[in-house]
Amino acid sequence: MRGLITVFRKEVRENIRDRRALFNSLLLGPLLFPLLFVGMMWFLESAERERAEKTLELPVVGAEYAPSLIRFLEQQGTVILPEPEDPEEMVRSQEVPVVIRILPEFPAQWEQGLPAPVEVISDPSRQESNAPIRRVKQLLLGYGQQIGALRLQLRGVSPQLASPVMIKDVDLSTPKSRAILAVIFLPYVLMITAFTGATHLAMDTTAGEKERKSLEPLLINPVPRWQIMTGKMITTTVFAMASLALTLVSFRIVLPYMPVGAFGMDLTLGLETLLKILLIISPVAILAAAMLTLLASFAKSYREAQSYMGLVILIPMIPSLIFMANPVKAEAWMTAVPLFSQNILIGEVIRGESVPLAWYGASFASTLLIGLILAVIAATLYNRPKLIFSTS
Amino acid sequence: MIVVKNLRKSFGEVKAVNGISFEARDGEITGLLGPNGAGKTTTLRMLYSLLPPDAGEIRIDGLDPTRDAMEIKRTLGVVPDSRGLYSRLTARENISYYGQLHGMKRAAIDRRIDDLVARLDMSEFIDRRTEGFSQGQRVKVAIARAMVHEPQTVLMDEPSNGLDVMSTRALREYILGLKRGGHSVVLSTHIMQEVAALCDRIVIIARGEVAADGTAAELLARSGCSSLEDAFVKLIGTEEGLLA
Repeated sequence: MRGLITVFRKEVRENIRDRRALFNSLLLGPLLFPLLFVGMMWFLESAERERAEKTLELPVVGAEYAPSLIRFLEQQGTVILPEPEDPEEMVRSQEVPVVIRILPEFPAQWEQGLPAPVEVISDPSRQESNAPIRRVKQLLLGYGQQIGALRLQLRGVSPQLASPVMIKDVDLSTPKSRAILAVIFLPYVLMITAFTGATHLAMDTTAGEKERKSLEPLLINPVPRWQIMTGKMITTTVFAMASLALTLVSFRIVLPYMPVGAFGMDLTLGLETLLKILLIISPVAILAAAMLTLLASFAKSYREAQSYMGLVILIPMIPSLIFMANPVKAEAWMTAVPLFSQNILIGEVIRGESVPLAWYGASFASTLLIGLILAVIAATLYNRPKLIFSTS
Repeated sequence: MIVVKNLRKSFGEVKAVNGISFEARDGEITGLLGPNGAGKTTTLRMLYSLLPPDAGEIRIDGLDPTRDAMEIKRTLGVVPDSRGLYSRLTARENISYYGQLHGMKRAAIDRRIDDLVARLDMSEFIDRRTEGFSQGQRVKVAIARAMVHEPQTVLMDEPSNGLDVMSTRALREYILGLKRGGHSVVLSTHIMQEVAALCDRIVIIARGEVAADGTAAELLARSGCSSLEDAFVKLIGTEEGLLA
């Protein structure tokens, strides 16, 4: 164990003096992601508000068929634009998000008390059109209900008869559980940070050592190779953990500056929550350190190692992306799936749910197991002379 | 004391070492002389147990590198072909790291480094980070870290590679000092003058085999040449690799 500790202490000292290591592990992730997160939230919120508050400008085709509808729209603050030549093309080319077309049969149908057709021309696949489309449809619906009620009253029928069911919202979600974006985004960021925090160290201590030609003399020392490799991997893990802890602290600092109101978020990361999250994610740091060290050991140089890393970073992203696309309900078996379980557990913790101890255990143990298997393989890699002497 | 018998090592089709035998006694400097690619580095790597031999026998003070690797590493001081230093550590920290890997106590390491600084004339740069060191300074640090645990047997792979005249002189002084101290020193080289100036016994290696073996005088007598260089060419039968 003496050799292992010696290697660990030397690697820590050497890398603390390395600006590149400090930047990659301790600055980049902890600064970049929280700022990105807050910036994204601000942008989303302000864009959303702008769309909701902006005057709705609506080109109308066939306005002459329904003058009372036009009057209603204008009363609601809509600016009616003159009839365009080619409304479909106008929407397709994104000149306007939505156009309505009142069809020529509108007056006839209206007279007979039959549903009178109005087309809403839009492209809902464009995110930014959603707000105006919703507003136009709500206006049309409101107009329809108003007229419908009037018609019933004219015939001596209470409009209430037409609404047999009254829906009342009883909202049980706590402000925390509404923090959906955070629930999805934070685990994703932390998973990536575990890997980015480990990347530089994993490459520098293996491929870098080989490239600088200090690996061969190092291995001539009377220390078993697995101890040397394990010392290196522990250093890498410690840096990844430091990176994670700093990222969490930095999230805690920037969260109060978030536009909370719009999303109904109440996300204050208390110390207890932070520690829980750190505990959940810590085996990922070990897994990342082992996996990256294993890969980088095959590389002849730092640059070659770098070329592998672009692909590896996808590994923590995949479970997060699956979770984003399909936010499933947390179930026991999922907590035994490494990298996926962390997404679920961190989500639950942020949401303020109480998480069964067994779930923590399953997530921790399964991830740690994979991490240790990879670490054992990595630790014995330099028993192959081929890997020691391969230099570019 | 090193005894090597009929050592063999192949990499795929290439027979890098093809039946090498020699002895290196205590209090003597043994030179492995040969052109580039003759198998010197591979032989040394098998001696310091980084490569397992395919066949043959190695005994270093009675120990076998394939079975007593850890024990052998404790008694060996090795300056290998790669002498990478940690550029973000000072020369002292580089040397101290190896002392700690050998399990030495802090105080013993400090004492030993002071001694090596005096002997290798390193006081000027011992507490500087090794980034930007000259080749001569690098070799001195590489030697100091290999010698920090006071090994009995010393292996050096092309120690004077890339050194200027002054550094080479200092290096030779140091190696001769080791010999006077009763150490067994084995160095590989392709430089004739080095062998002539230092070595008590010369093992000429070519194409993975021992072409000749003996003192400088014996080699001259055997080849019938008047200079060691001519003797060398005659004994390995080619001038290939000599100019490198």
